[in-house]
Amino acid sequence: MFGAVIAGLGNVFQIFNLLFLFIGVFMGIVFGALPGLTATMGLALLVPFTFTMSPASGLIMLAGIYVGAMYGDAIPAILINTPGTPAAIATTFDGFPLSQKGMAQHGLVAAAFASSYGSFIANIVLATAAPPLARASLAFGPPEYFWLGIFGLTIISTLSSGSMFKGFLAGALGLLLSTIGMAPIGGDVRLTFGFPELQAGIALIVALIGFFCLPEILSSVIGQRRATYAREPVKPRMGVIGEVIASLLKKPGLMLRSSAIGTIIGFAPGAGGNIASMVSYNEACRWDRHSEEYGKGTIKGVAASESANSAMAPGSLIPLLTLGIPGSPPAAVILGALMLHGMKPGAELFTAYADVTYAFIIALLVAAFMVTLIGSFGSFLFSRIINIPSRYLAPGILFMTVLGSYSIRNNVLDIWIMFVFGVIGYISNKLKFHPAPIVLGLILGPFVEEGLVQSFLAGKAAGGTFSYMVFRPISLVLIGLSLMSLMWPLAIKLKSRWRTEERQPINEGGQDA
Amino acid sequence: MKRFVTVMLSLVCAATVCVAAVCVAAGAADYPSGPITYQIPFGPGGQSDIEARRQQPMLEKELGVKVVIQYKPGGGGSVGWASLLRQKPDGYFISGMNVPHIVLQPLARGNAGYETNQLEPIAFFQATPIGVAVLIDAPFQTLSDLVDFAKKNPGAVLCGGSGTWSGHHIAFLQLQKLAGITMTYIPSKGAAASVAAFLGGHVKVIFGNSNDLYQHRDKIRVLAFGTDKPFTPMPDVPTFKSLGYNLLASIDRGAAVPPGTPPEVIAVLEKAFLNIANDPDVQKQMLDAGFVPVAMGEKEAKTYIQSKVDEWAPVVKEFKK
Repeated sequence: MFGAVIAGLGNVFQIFNLLFLFIGVFMGIVFGALPGLTATMGLALLVPFTFTMSPASGLIMLAGIYVGAMYGDAIPAILINTPGTPAAIATTFDGFPLSQKGMAQHGLVAAAFASSYGSFIANIVLATAAPPLARASLAFGPPEYFWLGIFGLTIISTLSSGSMFKGFLAGALGLLLSTIGMAPIGGDVRLTFGFPELQAGIALIVALIGFFCLPEILSSVIGQRRATYAREPVKPRMGVIGEVIASLLKKPGLMLRSSAIGTIIGFAPGAGGNIASMVSYNEACRWDRHSEEYGKGTIKGVAASESANSAMAPGSLIPLLTLGIPGSPPAAVILGALMLHGMKPGAELFTAYADVTYAFIIALLVAAFMVTLIGSFGSFLFSRIINIPSRYLAPGILFMTVLGSYSIRNNVLDIWIMFVFGVIGYISNKLKFHPAPIVLGLILGPFVEEGLVQSFLAGKAAGGTFSYMVFRPISLVLIGLSLMSLMWPLAIKLKSRWRTEERQPINEGGQDA
Repeated sequence: MKRFVTVMLSLVCAATVCVAAVCVAAGAADYPSGPITYQIPFGPGGQSDIEARRQQPMLEKELGVKVVIQYKPGGGGSVGWASLLRQKPDGYFISGMNVPHIVLQPLARGNAGYETNQLEPIAFFQATPIGVAVLIDAPFQTLSDLVDFAKKNPGAVLCGGSGTWSGHHIAFLQLQKLAGITMTYIPSKGAAASVAAFLGGHVKVIFGNSNDLYQHRDKIRVLAFGTDKPFTPMPDVPTFKSLGYNLLASIDRGAAVPPGTPPEVIAVLEKAFLNIANDPDVQKQMLDAGFVPVAMGEKEAKTYIQSKVDEWAPVVKEFKK
């Protein structure tokens, strides 16, 4: 193994391969940052080019794209409240308030550094402990996915600032929206209202643009005739980079926990970065003594989300490289590229092709450093985007929303869906409904449904659905976590009765909902 | 007067049709002269995408124009095929096409947005036989062991596969019927998820694609393949036919154009696709990855699709209440 690592190092640290890696990272950032373009598309676009390259060079470039995209999606999330990919939803919670305060650069640097940090930790895990973790990932069956989905839904109790009732109502709406289209199990076509295109269901990114980006344009910029997008203009300076990185380094608990959550959710095949970042954000908020700062613009919130969704990427490569099971759509493209180069995932990758495999893993690590570099210095450029006067920026963003909604599936109906959601989002903002629970319902609905229906089918054959779904180690842990998450606001309330007047974003009237 | 107007109108109409026809003919003569859009009715990263990415540079070389890959995922491919029908039939928009999807979707859903015979095939270039497998430490050594067990324990055997009314599902239904057994089918969303459920022991039997089964061959035992002749990369595995079950099951990848595309244009595309499909390097790469290279031209493809409609229509009718 040691020789292979050295060979891998030799592969990466060649001038051309470093250049490929850098180009890859840059491309990845662009693909991540533009809503409607995804890491998966960037990777797929590059696959034909890797034919003409050596397997090592090709994979190194793919590594760059994957890592870059995991950071890129934070840029629009922070600047214009629009996650570049669904994985950056939780980044908007604190990123956008930060940029409203004129601290966009803080957010961007925090995102870049946290992204690298998460990526780095997960890579170390990938390089050292992949085989046993991959076997553990197979323990995830239908009941586990169902309970993971339920656990995810309990995050609503944290997300719904103000009223828990409103939060769960919005979550239920999201679940309902997730049932549009083909049933994941059974293949029935539901709620298509006569549009064959709706068989495809609601695309997550379309809902995100509609619920997050449009209401912001409608209410702040057009409604209040604001001259610039943010309340405060941003004045980038060199010192911010050091300050942000130093303050995040002083929070090893937050950073390690978020990276661990990302890695674990990454290696459960199928669960993606969006769930990782939400869960991580939720935990960060819960375990922080100053939890009231979350949602109002703190770099801790940005870091929690970004380190988790970036850790998810190497995490999803664990079942891929060791078992040949892609844990995420980008991993599926990488699997395709490996196969086209004649490399079969599994033991062979770490023996016959060890030099190429380690080159790939090392490239992922180096790419993580490049992200911090590009992100830190790029923050000067990116953050200034929100200083552009609204009358230029708002139409530009509006144009991008249309383009992004269309390009994700080349479907015109998606543009209309985006506009409808935008209006719903605008109204619900006025009624003090946060859109996050809707989107959470939309993300987790398929998990819950698929896990539940599969469990019913399997449970019937096994003789007892209830015992099949509950009495499994991971299920029990997830059930425990869900209960804890639900009870947490109650516990906080009791605690605050001891302390004097602690401000909590919870409406007491909605408790019983 | 009225008559005159009618005549004039008919003349105008006829003239328009002629002009249009000439245009198409002229277009067909120097076809292709601009970029061609190659639609993948699935998301990026799937096998159809990977295959198209392999073909893309080769198609550009064969046709001498740019080939742009565009994704239109949704509904297991139906959204993409429905949109193919609305494209101009001039050969500048082609789409990936998969059997059994294009046969089963219109049969199983009320309105899939397209009908099977509306898609104009160009060629088929790859087959992925469907096989039945168990984990290597499972008690079933042969298909008959499995069938015997299922006979004694109706419904107890959990079978995994990808999707409902998919190739895996229909193969499952056909095997049940042919063997006179009852098992439980647990569909997953996608082949990767169903392989993970199988390797994790959440289902005991998998109806899987040959490339997945081949890739995991050291951990599993394939009991039978739905091929006519033994599956070349794993020649020791029996076929269903050799075991007495008349079951052919495979996922076939090809390409199609909208209805009304001029035959000359289809011929140009057919030649390009078949040249690539017959390339020995491509064939070797496919076999190494566990696929069966196919080079089936337009005419044969049409007959093949129709034969599948005839085969599956009664099965779907019987099981779809």
